[in-house]
Amino acid sequence: MESNRNNAPQSAHAATAGGAEPNYINAHKGIWSWMTTVDHKRLGLMYLVGVLSFFAVGGIFALLVRTQLLGPIFKGASGKQEWLFSGDTYNKLFTLHGAVMVFLVIIPSIPASLGNFFLPLMLGAKDVAFPKLNLMSFYVYILGGAFLLFSIATGAIDTGWTFYTPYSTTTSASVISAVTGVFILGFSSILTGVNFIVTIHKMRAPGLTWTRLPLFVWAQYATSLIQVLATPVLAITLMLLAIEKTMGVGIFDPKLGGDPVLFQHFFWFYSHPAVYIMILPAFGVISEIITVNSRKQIFGYKAIAMSSVAIAVIGFLVWGHHMFTSGQSELASAVFSFLTFAVAVPTAIKVFSWVATMYGGSIRLNSAMWYGLAFLFLFTIGGLTGLFLGTLSVDIHLHDTYFVVAHFHYVMMGGTMTAFVGALHHWWPKMTGRMLNEFWGKISCFFVFTGFNLTFFSQFLLGTKGMPRRYATYLPEFQTWHQLSTLGSYLLGLGFFITLCYMIQSLISGAKAPRNPWGARSLEWETDSPPIEHNFHVQPVVKHGPYEFPEIDHSMSTGGGH
Amino acid sequence: MNLGFALGHMMAQASDTASWWKPIQASTHATAVDNLFNFIMYLCFFFFVLIVGAMVYFVVKYRRKGNGPERTSPIKGNHRLEIVWSVIPTILLVIIFAWGFKDWLAIAVVPNNAMEVRVTGQKWNWTFTYPKEGIVSSDLVVPAGQPVKLVMTSSDVLHSFYIPDYRVKRDVVPGRYTVLWFEPSEPGVHQIYCTEYCGTSHSQMLSKVKVLDSAKYEEWIANGGEEGGASAVPLADKGQKLYEARGCVACHSNDGSQKVGPTWKGLYAAQRKFADGTSTTADENYLRQSILVPGSQVVAGYANVMPSYQGQLNDKQIESIIEYIKTLK
Repeated sequence: MESNRNNAPQSAHAATAGGAEPNYINAHKGIWSWMTTVDHKRLGLMYLVGVLSFFAVGGIFALLVRTQLLGPIFKGASGKQEWLFSGDTYNKLFTLHGAVMVFLVIIPSIPASLGNFFLPLMLGAKDVAFPKLNLMSFYVYILGGAFLLFSIATGAIDTGWTFYTPYSTTTSASVISAVTGVFILGFSSILTGVNFIVTIHKMRAPGLTWTRLPLFVWAQYATSLIQVLATPVLAITLMLLAIEKTMGVGIFDPKLGGDPVLFQHFFWFYSHPAVYIMILPAFGVISEIITVNSRKQIFGYKAIAMSSVAIAVIGFLVWGHHMFTSGQSELASAVFSFLTFAVAVPTAIKVFSWVATMYGGSIRLNSAMWYGLAFLFLFTIGGLTGLFLGTLSVDIHLHDTYFVVAHFHYVMMGGTMTAFVGALHHWWPKMTGRMLNEFWGKISCFFVFTGFNLTFFSQFLLGTKGMPRRYATYLPEFQTWHQLSTLGSYLLGLGFFITLCYMIQSLISGAKAPRNPWGARSLEWETDSPPIEHNFHVQPVVKHGPYEFPEIDHSMSTGGGH
Repeated sequence: MNLGFALGHMMAQASDTASWWKPIQASTHATAVDNLFNFIMYLCFFFFVLIVGAMVYFVVKYRRKGNGPERTSPIKGNHRLEIVWSVIPTILLVIIFAWGFKDWLAIAVVPNNAMEVRVTGQKWNWTFTYPKEGIVSSDLVVPAGQPVKLVMTSSDVLHSFYIPDYRVKRDVVPGRYTVLWFEPSEPGVHQIYCTEYCGTSHSQMLSKVKVLDSAKYEEWIANGGEEGGASAVPLADKGQKLYEARGCVACHSNDGSQKVGPTWKGLYAAQRKFADGTSTTADENYLRQSILVPGSQVVAGYANVMPSYQGQLNDKQIESIIEYIKTLK
C-alpha cells in the first residue's frame, strides 16, 4: 500500500501554480505512460473505453439478431422470401451478443470503469489499496477479451452464453477458447473485487465512517463480496467443461457417465449471484443521482445500505430458480422459489426508498436525472415481472420463452445499462473536465426509453403467448410482435448513437466543467475537474454525511419522520 | 386480494379461445396457471402505478422552479412507513409463493390412472412411442379427457418439451427420464415446441399434439397409428407428412435449396459421390441405409451429423419416405 499522507508540501506548491496544474490526463504523456499507469483514474478511463467498445460490438450483434427476427421478408437467391440468416449463423449471433454483453460489458461496466475511477476519490484516498494489482486486472480483462474475440474469429461459438452441456461439449472447438476467455475474465473480476474490499476497509479518509459512505461505495462493497466469492465457482465449472471436452473425462456428459444437470447447478451458482454483480452497482449509481438531484438526504440510508448486503447474501441461495423445469428435485425447486421471493423484499425496499427520497425535494431534471427516472420506471417493470418467474406453477409456462428474455433485459439493460449511461452523464464533467450537452442528453434518453419499451414490452407478450427463446425462425402468429420489437431496437440503437455523438462533441468543444457542477457533497467533487494526478492536495477530513445539502431546511417538519 | 381472485376468475372464464397475447386453455392445468398469472399481473399493475405514479407526482410537484436555492425537507426516513412497505410486500410474496406451490404440486404429481407415452427428443425432432401398442409416431396422439403421462429422455443433448396451450414444460435430459403429465380437455390440435436450445434447427424442432375423442383414438390405435384407415392415403403423401413432422425438413430441402444435408430434389436414382471417394446410385437400398445408418455413406461436401433413425421409424414409415423422395424430381 502506498503512503498517502506526505504530499501536503508538494501540493501546496502546486496550488500556487493556478490553472496550469496538470491533471491526471496530461500529467504524463505518451502511450507508454498509459500502458504502465497504476493510476486508478486512468485505469478506470481505459476500462470505460474497453467497455463502451464492446458495448458497440454487442449492440451490433443485437441489431442483427433483431433484423433476422423481422421474419422471412428478405429476397433469397431463388427470388422467394427467406430469412436473413441460416440457423447456424443466427445461433452464433445471439451467443456472441449474450457472451459479449454479459462478460465484457455489464459485469465490468460500472465496477471496473466508474468504480475504479470514483471509489478512491469518494473515500478521499490517493488510489486503490493495490494499484499494481489494479493494472494487472486490466490486462487480464484485455487478455480475456482477446480470447473471446479469437473464438469469434475462428468460427465463433453457438452454445448460448450459458454453455450448457452436453451441447457445448459436442459443438465447435471454439468453445474452448471462449470458455478460456471467460475463465480469464473471471480473474479480472476477482482481483478488482479484492482490491475494492481492502480499499473500502483501509483507505477511508479520517471522519469517513461506514454510515457516512456514499451509497455507491456500499453498493460496490456488496458487489465485490459476490465477485470474490462466486467467480471462482464459474472458473472451476468452465475448467471442468474444458477438461471434459479435450480429455474426454466424464463430468457433465451422460455418454461418459456425467450429469448435465450438475453443470447447470454449477453454472447458476455463479451466474445468479452474477446478476447481482451486474445490478448492485446500478443501485449505487441511482442512490447518488436521485439524491444529488433532489437536494435531500436519501430516504432510509441504512435500509438501502443493508439491503445491498442482504441481496448479496440471499442472492447466493436462489440459483435453482433457473432450473424449475430441469429435472432437479421438487423439494429443491420449492426451496429455491421461496428464497427467490425472499430476495424480492430488500429490492422492493430500495425502490420505495428512492421514490420517497424525491418527496419534499427540489428536483433538478438534468439528463442524468432523466436516466435515473427511466431506471426507476424500467427496473420496476423488470423487478415485478420477476414475480411471475419466481412462482413455481407460472414459471413452468414462462420458462425459456421470450417472457424471460424481456424480464432480464428490463433488469440488465433497462436497469444496469440505463444506470450506467446515467452515471456517465452524472460523472462525465468530473472525468473529462467538460460538460455534456443537456439538450441532446434528454433527446437520447427519450429515444432509449421509448425504443427500449417497444423492444422488450412486446417480448413479454410474445413470451406469454408461448414464443420460445433462441429461435432463428418462428411461426407466423408471432410476427407482428417481433416486428414491433425490432422497430424498437432500432430506436434504441439510435438513442445510443446520439449519446456517442454528443460525448465526442463534448470532448472536442464541450464547456469547461467546474469542480462541482451538481452541488454534490461526496469527496470526488472536492477536487479539480478533471482530478489532479494524486486526487487531493491535502488529505480530506470528513465532517458530514454524503447527502447533507445546503438546501435542507432543518426547521421544516418531517411529518413524524426522523 | 379478493378483487384479484374475482378478476382472475372472470378473465379465465372469458378466455376460452386464444387471445391476442395468451395461448388457449386446453388442459386442466391451464386455468389454474392463468388464474395465478392474472393475480400476479394485477398486483404488478397496482404496485407499478403506485411507484411510477408517486415518482411522476413528486417530479411534477417538487421540480426546481427558479434558479435560486429552494428549501428541502430534512426528512431522512420514517420507521413506520419503512416497516409497512417491508411487511406488506412480504405477506403478498408469501401468498404468491404458497399459491404457486400448491398449483405446481398438481402439475408435478402424476395421477394413477394416467396413460403412458414415451418421448424421445433428438436433434431435431420428437418421437412418441406407445409402449403397450408398440406404435411409433411423430405426433403425440391422445384421447380427450384422459390424463397422459409422458416419460421423456433425449438421445443427444438437452431439449425441453413445451405445450403452451397446456401450460406445461419439462426439460428432456440425456441419460435420465423426466416426467410430465397433462389432461387435454377437448379434441383439438396443439403446438409442441423445443424450448431448450439444441443447435442448428432448434427452432424447427416442432411437433403437434392431436387430441381425438375416445372413439377416434381407439380407431387410431387399432390402425397402428394411422388416421382414417391405413390404406386410404398414398404412401408418398404419408412420406411427405413424415418429412415435415420428423424433422427431415430441418436439414434436407425438397426444392433444391442448400441446407445442412443434401437436398431430396432429384435424389432418387441420382449418382452419389461419397466423402471416401466411392460412389453409388441412390436406389431404395441406399436411401434406407442412409436413414438407418447415416454415417456409413456420407456424401462428399457434407458433415457426418445426421443421427440414426433406427428404432424411430418403422418399415412402413421408411417406405413412405422413400416413395415421397421418388416424387421429388
